[in-house]
Amino acid sequence: MPFGNTHNNFKLNYKVEDEYPDLSKHNNHMAKVLTKEMYGKIRDRQTPSGYTVDDVIQTGIDNPGHPFIMTVGCVAGDEESYEVFKELLDPVISDRHNGYKPTDKHKTDLNFENLKGGDDLDPNYVLSSRVRTGRSIKGFTLPPHNSRGERRAIEKLSVEALTSLDGEFKGKYYPLKSMTDAEQEQLINDHFLFDKPVSPLLTCAGMARDWPDGRGIMHNDNKTFLVWVNEEDHLRVISMQQGGNMREVFKRFCVGLQKIEEIFKKHNHGFMWNEHLGYILTCPSNLGTGLRGGVHVKLPKLSTHAKFDEILTRLRLQKRGTGGVDTASVGGVFDISNADRLGSSEVAQVQLVVDGVKLMVEMEKKLEKGEAIDSMIPAQK
Amino acid sequence: MGGETLLGTIGIFVSTPDSNSPQIRQQGSAMPFGNTHNKAKMNYDSDQEYPDLSKHNNHMAKILTPAMYERLRSKETPSGFTLDDIIQTGIDNPGHPFIMTVGCVAGDEETYEVFKELLDPVIEDRHGGYKPSDKHKTDIDPANLKGGDDLDPDYVLSSRVRTGRSVRGFCLPPHCSRGERRAVEKLSIEALASLTGDLNGKYYALKNMTDAEQQQLIDDHFLFDKPVSPLLLASGMGRDWPDARGIWHNDNKTFLVWVNEEDHLRVISMQKGGNMKEVFNRFCTGLTKIETLFKERNHAFMWNEHLGYVLTCPSNLGTGLRAGVHVKLPNMSKNAKFEDVLKKLRLQKRGTGGVDTAAVGGVFDISNADRLGFSEVELVQMVVDGVKLLVDMEKKLEKGQSIDDIMPAQK
Repeated sequence: MPFGNTHNNFKLNYKVEDEYPDLSKHNNHMAKVLTKEMYGKIRDRQTPSGYTVDDVIQTGIDNPGHPFIMTVGCVAGDEESYEVFKELLDPVISDRHNGYKPTDKHKTDLNFENLKGGDDLDPNYVLSSRVRTGRSIKGFTLPPHNSRGERRAIEKLSVEALTSLDGEFKGKYYPLKSMTDAEQEQLINDHFLFDKPVSPLLTCAGMARDWPDGRGIMHNDNKTFLVWVNEEDHLRVISMQQGGNMREVFKRFCVGLQKIEEIFKKHNHGFMWNEHLGYILTCPSNLGTGLRGGVHVKLPKLSTHAKFDEILTRLRLQKRGTGGVDTASVGGVFDISNADRLGSSEVAQVQLVVDGVKLMVEMEKKLEKGEAIDSMIPAQK
Repeated sequence: MGGETLLGTIGIFVSTPDSNSPQIRQQGSAMPFGNTHNKAKMNYDSDQEYPDLSKHNNHMAKILTPAMYERLRSKETPSGFTLDDIIQTGIDNPGHPFIMTVGCVAGDEETYEVFKELLDPVIEDRHGGYKPSDKHKTDIDPANLKGGDDLDPDYVLSSRVRTGRSVRGFCLPPHCSRGERRAVEKLSIEALASLTGDLNGKYYALKNMTDAEQQQLIDDHFLFDKPVSPLLLASGMGRDWPDARGIWHNDNKTFLVWVNEEDHLRVISMQKGGNMKEVFNRFCTGLTKIETLFKERNHAFMWNEHLGYVLTCPSNLGTGLRAGVHVKLPNMSKNAKFEDVLKKLRLQKRGTGGVDTAAVGGVFDISNADRLGFSEVELVQMVVDGVKLLVDMEKKLEKGQSIDDIMPAQK
């Protein structure tokens, strides 16, 4: 969706009720929060870069609901969106992030040494481990709103930063627009390539404009660390490998991320962060750590157990199919990851995954032997 | 982000987070503040912002040079439509397998004036060399059509004429707000509700449609698609779907109006068989009645003597008219001269699902290729005469006869 709302002043000639969207069939966080009165109050505002409330909510209007997940239904166009449109975004954040209050402070902890254990998840069950997060670069608007010039500037900075990494992080950048078919095929097989956006959640927010201009992928020679440039966020940083050594994955994640952050800071473009919301990202669901730490794990028995979902809830974990969000599980293999993003640190979230997955694998083993797991059901974390 | 450079040049509201009333308001030109973002882009050089069109094949990509982009990028229409808004669909859709797409859209009536430098050459390329100084002739008097009531119904399965109309005073579908779209819908419902006789009918709002109504409208070939074509979606025409979209049709199911799809209004007259004259009669009568009703409400249709009727896509300027038939041409369509004949007759073929589809069972959608520079009557005449000839050719080929002696000259 291009800058279709560039004529905000014009719209003020129409009454609030004429401009207020029809959200009667909608089920997302934005639709639950945005009353007509609230809309009337904030519709004449703009961020310094010109982002308006209609820009924030367009994706939620155009996507009334999702079969598997409660979508957020709104996005930020720049760092200031979260401030200028607080009336809307604070309650959305609160709803989405377990009652997180406007006065709450978020803790950042990327010191991998604070993680306990995590190097011994059973590789007969835990097929792979992965940690991802997003980062936004200060001084640029976000993917729903940025211009080609901005996007390219982000890419240029990112390529400089990423290609200066060495050691285990040494790698290469592949811009999407000049990728050969062979490179593309390899990246797909490595599970590295990100989709040309087809999800209307993304396209309605304008994130696919000018595709594939300014987009690309960097990965290290070992294929265990990669960075997506200009997809849903400025940067998505991913550490992954086969097997269950989440500790190693998280260490590489933290070390790589901090190296990258230093380089960006040197160029006077640090990452967007504040002590209330942590790392600022495009989607309010990714605020805080922006971190999703997860495994692909075989749980054919546990996943069909009546208490599976409840166990996940208590462990503060969430399940997805092995194709990621919006997919179903195949062959009893699930993607299990932390449910929280905001209000707990990176270490705390990965700890939940490590401990929780360990428990679930033990439950799976018990069920295999025909034993009960009732005594192992955890308390609510 | 550079607030000082903006004040005094555009009218903007700037509000701080802890107030809900505007702090600073400048009444300069009529520019709305949403173009804060366009101004912010000026901080980047033109070549940093110029799109990569190297893999593109559409009219916009062939015309928009870096120098032209630089000259036009600081402009905006009174409602705030900018160059990037115009061309976004052409950037996001590099090419199309069957047709040469236009790659740009208008957001309001003034787009065609403010961005003449881009749109005039696009129009010229698309409309057979139409010049900026040319005048377009409008003729919707059905009495001026000769014949057209006797196309052989054994071959011509159905006949249809459609056009679009834009309602003056509102922005176009890529750019309009919900308030504007709803106002267009409200006006349309009022106007259409006052039609009588053969044109007595009913409006079906897309968002209230029952499943049964929806199925019926699909079976009648009336229902328009929820936009999935990236050509439309990338230009913003799918926003807020299905709010304020709907279909009106008469009780006889021979005249219908789409509200707020790709244009404010699409007006369609159609029926089974080959009586194009009757279809065109109803088309002109209905259209003229509707236009009168809108004029009475002080919202005439957008029209000027250079571009004729002003529509969202530059390809539909002029008459906006596509008159066509579904016609069985299994032999003719396999003949080596088929494409050449169509070209000489100024006709174009499509599959029976409309644009972007392929023909099924030798049945083709044959319609006028032109929109601008010819009147409505002239275009329908070409269809009537051309289809008559094509059917004659088909019959000859069926009998194993040659068609060389009835090949037409270039119209």
